[in-house]
Amino acid sequence: MQERLTVSQLTRYIKRVFSFDSVLSNVCVTGEISNFKLHSSGHMYFTLKDEESVIRCVMFKTQAQRLRFMPEDGMKVIVWGYVSIYEAGGLYQLYPEHMEPDGIGNLYLAFEQLKQKLEKEGLFRSELKKKLPFLPKRIAVVTSPTGAVIRDIINVLFRRFPNVILKLYPVKVQGEDAARQISDALRAINLHKSADVIIIARGGGSLEELWPFNEETVARSIYESEIPVVSAVGHETDYSIADFVADLRAPTPSAAAELVVPEKEALLKSLYDIRLRLKRALAGRIQNERQYLARLMKSPAFRHPLDRVNQRKMDIEAIRKDLEKSITRKLEIEKSRLGTIYGKLDALSPLKVLARGYSIARNESGGVIKSVTQVRPGDFIELFVNDGKIHCEAEEIIKADKSE
Amino acid sequence: MDAVENYEQAVKELEEIVSALEKGDIPLEKSLELFQRGVALIKYCTGKLDETEKQILQIVEQDGECSEIPWEPEAQK
Repeated sequence: MQERLTVSQLTRYIKRVFSFDSVLSNVCVTGEISNFKLHSSGHMYFTLKDEESVIRCVMFKTQAQRLRFMPEDGMKVIVWGYVSIYEAGGLYQLYPEHMEPDGIGNLYLAFEQLKQKLEKEGLFRSELKKKLPFLPKRIAVVTSPTGAVIRDIINVLFRRFPNVILKLYPVKVQGEDAARQISDALRAINLHKSADVIIIARGGGSLEELWPFNEETVARSIYESEIPVVSAVGHETDYSIADFVADLRAPTPSAAAELVVPEKEALLKSLYDIRLRLKRALAGRIQNERQYLARLMKSPAFRHPLDRVNQRKMDIEAIRKDLEKSITRKLEIEKSRLGTIYGKLDALSPLKVLARGYSIARNESGGVIKSVTQVRPGDFIELFVNDGKIHCEAEEIIKADKSE
Repeated sequence: MDAVENYEQAVKELEEIVSALEKGDIPLEKSLELFQRGVALIKYCTGKLDETEKQILQIVEQDGECSEIPWEPEAQK
């Protein structure tokens, strides 16, 4: 007789069969989400379906909260998990432990993964970003040779600063070969040092269309570039990995053209202003100097330069007069002294004596006779009187008596 | 003329010269010297701006070799 099982026994049996099955215990399923519900408990309940079948899914909170995206009805996903039995409901269910968006979802995943990997390696660091040259002479543009992007870049660039050389490196900007062409171009520019700055650009598009700019080979060639790279990929809201690695991100290709060159008109105006200020400053300086000189020339020292000389002259004159006066006075004093002396002298003069009646007797040899002892009778004597001389002969010598 | 590294350096020096002259406490002869240096720098800068001639080139690869040829955007439609 067949064994009779209870419902629970049967259910438990089925559950065990599932759990020992290598496929069902570790399965990867693709399908479309429907009837999605995020329960307040944090668990997710939904159905995965394809054209013919459905399977109910429960993703528990622990795994659900690790999802990098929010699942939605209609979303195509890939889930990894196991199939088991919900005993109380008599259902088999798929229990996803991991879920990813499918199709384009793969791209998002790849994007995230590469972004994290490169960020960890330090390719995005801001210290590594190079400054753009102020006046680049040669600008390399890596982009499609057809379309609005290159046209916009050319227009904006040359309107802003006409004196540059633009070198177009034509590449595919989407599809299979694009990433290789872009990175080859970057490497070639670096090898030949053929530009001062590089723009890589592409217009807006879907994630798939922009994909080449998220490829590792492009990212590395930007990182290795010794020439600064400006990245302008997609629309303003699109961020590609190239944007993170580049030395500068531009929101649009036109913006990139504005970032790489200054505005020539503005620079010329600025130089013009400086020239004006320079001239004015010098003129002002010279004017100050002139005014200073004019002030100097107004001062008395300049207008009457001889004043001081004349002053000196007057001083000298005064001194001279004083000198004269004192000399004159001194002379007067001396004169009168001399006069006195002269008077005295005069009185004592032999001639005056002679005039008074005295005479000088000299002997033959010319000596003056002062005593009777000098003369003997018969001696020849010369007698000098006031108005001449008398030749005499001594007759008699009489000595004077002191008592007389 | 004393070597100037680049445009930005020249402009920086020009600003310094103009400030110094505007302040006015520099001896007259030095002022004239500075003015002349300023004029030379302005000439250098305007020269730099006109230095390069506008050109659009396209890089083509032939047998592994890159060469530059003039490029007409209008032709590419």
